[in-house]
Amino acid sequence: MGIFEAILLTVITAATPLVLAALGELVTERSGVLNLGVEGMMVMGAACAFIATQQTGSPYIGILAGIASGAVFSLLFGFLTLTLVANQVATGLALTILGLGVSGMIGEAYVGQSGIKLPQIVFPILSDIPFIGPLLFRQDLIFYLSIALVIGVQWFLFRSRAGLKLRSVGDSHSSAHALGINVIRTRYLAVMFGGGCAGLAGAQLSLVYTPQWVENMSAGRGWIALALVVFASWRPWRVVIGGYLFGAVSISQLYAQAFGVGIPSQFLSALPYLATIVVLILISHNRRMTLINTPASLGKPFVPDR
Amino acid sequence: MPAEGESANSPLLAVGNLTKLFGAFAACNGIDLDIRAGEIHALLGENGAGKSTLVKMLFGVLSPSSGQILWQGQPVQISSPSAARKLGIGMVFQHFSLFEALTVAENIALSMDPGVSLSRIAKEASDLSHAYGLPLDPNAHVADLSVGERQRIEIVRALLQNPKLIILDEPTSVLTPQEADRLFETLGKLKAEGRSVLYISHRLEEVQRICDRATVLRHGKVTGACDPRKETPSSLARMMVGSDVAHVSAEGTNTKGAIKLEARHLSAGARTPFAVSLKNICLKVHAGEVLAIAGVAGNGQGELFDALSGEYPVESDDVIRIADKPVGTRGINTRRLMGAGFVPEERHGHAAVSALSLSDNLVLARSQSDRRAFLGGGVLGLIRQDAVKMAAKRISEAMDVRKSGENPAAGSLSGGNLQKFIVGRELDRQPSVLVVNQPTWGVDAGAASRIRQALVDLAKSGSAVLVISQDLDEIFEVATEIAVISEGKLSDIYPASELSREKIGLLMGGMYGKTGTAETAHAH
Repeated sequence: MGIFEAILLTVITAATPLVLAALGELVTERSGVLNLGVEGMMVMGAACAFIATQQTGSPYIGILAGIASGAVFSLLFGFLTLTLVANQVATGLALTILGLGVSGMIGEAYVGQSGIKLPQIVFPILSDIPFIGPLLFRQDLIFYLSIALVIGVQWFLFRSRAGLKLRSVGDSHSSAHALGINVIRTRYLAVMFGGGCAGLAGAQLSLVYTPQWVENMSAGRGWIALALVVFASWRPWRVVIGGYLFGAVSISQLYAQAFGVGIPSQFLSALPYLATIVVLILISHNRRMTLINTPASLGKPFVPDR
Repeated sequence: MPAEGESANSPLLAVGNLTKLFGAFAACNGIDLDIRAGEIHALLGENGAGKSTLVKMLFGVLSPSSGQILWQGQPVQISSPSAARKLGIGMVFQHFSLFEALTVAENIALSMDPGVSLSRIAKEASDLSHAYGLPLDPNAHVADLSVGERQRIEIVRALLQNPKLIILDEPTSVLTPQEADRLFETLGKLKAEGRSVLYISHRLEEVQRICDRATVLRHGKVTGACDPRKETPSSLARMMVGSDVAHVSAEGTNTKGAIKLEARHLSAGARTPFAVSLKNICLKVHAGEVLAIAGVAGNGQGELFDALSGEYPVESDDVIRIADKPVGTRGINTRRLMGAGFVPEERHGHAAVSALSLSDNLVLARSQSDRRAFLGGGVLGLIRQDAVKMAAKRISEAMDVRKSGENPAAGSLSGGNLQKFIVGRELDRQPSVLVVNQPTWGVDAGAASRIRQALVDLAKSGSAVLVISQDLDEIFEVATEIAVISEGKLSDIYPASELSREKIGLLMGGMYGKTGTAETAHAH
């Protein structure tokens, strides 16, 4: 395997959690809910996935635990913001702080343990294709899930009736209510999908990226995912472009630093953020399309007048 | 389609003693109403009379506090809009329940049976809309459509359900006279098919023209049930308002004074993708006259107001002149200091801060123009509360603003009273130039006639007044001269006495007669 292939493999591993978390948040925001707790749900997913794997010996149970913990955690957010109509921004921030704290507490006994890496699933024949084979068909379950989810979410949002309802709730919740769509239930489901995706992204961190538990191991990826959603103007494929671009530039700058390129390391560290923002701004420069894709009632609480 | 053999005298829908309480306030109080099959039934009333609350209960958006609803003789609970639709009730909302980010077909699909594919819905909607003379492109985004086209979507959406009763909430408030005529033809077709229409309006002329029966509401109660064709406009108005409405007349204003406000070939680009750009607008307002600018909403009225007031200054100084001095690049305060006053369209959040008291709102608008009177402490600019409160009281008395306390929050006033206050806030300065946008939008008839009279009186006292309005009744009441804005272009200015409603309707559609015909052909 050449160095180029090795770099690409690390890029995929680095990009997958970003794509997953951003995709979940995209669905949540398309329903009109702004959940700033992605970082907290992600780190909870990482901790619970690792603990469940250590307890049972099966990383697949770990994946389920990661998804479930993220979804349950988001349910707390849903209850506070949708049922009790608390402020979404403040609740989301609190969720992040809570997630970082709780995960550190429950994971403390597991710090330093060596974990079980999620095994690769090798597609016969396909994996023998030179270059592409090892990159795309000798991967772990979470990578395959991330690709399937992107296709699934794209189809769901823009082809299915349920996805149309979800977008309508995000565009104008009072109109959706007047049409008889259950706004609160739709938003609960969207929030939980977002939580599940963030939990899965966390599981990828503690089962694939670095199979161990370190406190605070999400390391700001939740925030990157949030930014990706906005700069991708709420389109799933743009999230993939942004996620992989960010992964690619952050891995290449690591290699560049290792090879001692004569550029200040601070600049190199900042490069992934700059590159991603510039590219996504360029692809979303059409203001009319951006306006049409922006969920108009994002972050606005809904209280039906009964 | 209504079932055959239904007896003509048993009502399709009967409402008995229906009441809706919001806290202690009864928005609807013991309403009785019956609608027969195949009739167009008018529901008349002022803003706040309870019309919208009543129809929201009929459509399952709100649940009644007490009372009963009989549908084809059977008592029913209408718990949700989809339950209403299943019964055969369709609704076209006043503030459209459309999703701007979605296409026409997607908007319609949301209220349809989920089993039907989007492409079939698109085809059915397109066919139906052409059959009723309301053509629609199912793949257009709603954000790109005019208000009239948006209303068509709502009507087609309701019709696709094959309803027995269609409720229309103030449907013509956003239409040109020609568009309204087209709507009336469609309603006639529906009636001929045996469907019933509940037609909500405060426009008496329309109701008399198309409705078979009318129920009048005031303060949440039924104050009259009649055949509108046998009544006179003033007898209907009395049922609606409870007293006679003062007549406003522009008589006594004239165009012979000096030019106080002028726009010379004013053009401005659109600031947002959904805004309208202004194209080569020329106008002159003389001292002593009221120039009214008519037009359907969203044709550049807001943009024109912004440019004239200086909220968004334009690039060249010379295109806007106040009292013959160029001010195009100057901000709003500079223009105010030159004796101009401005009242924007939105009461809440633009003309007034809802959460602040009336006196605070007064300071916000006039802290520069009345610096001496309202601010003390030299550079500190401390607010002289006593002086400000006195002024707020003076304005409230002059304009008959009815409020709950000495100095309540702006948001606690009803629309009409707040509008009287924000217009009065400018009139109190005796401005030599006044620009107002939609001065009586959503305001009850009493307050509207008060505001209109005040504008005419200001012009009579020698000021130049520019009124931008969608309400043709208002325009004919106050205007000395009239122009029409359409797609950011202004028609020629005509003396009010020379214009008919039909002519204005044509101008609203962009038919400019001697000027600009070629240009409009371009724009389409």
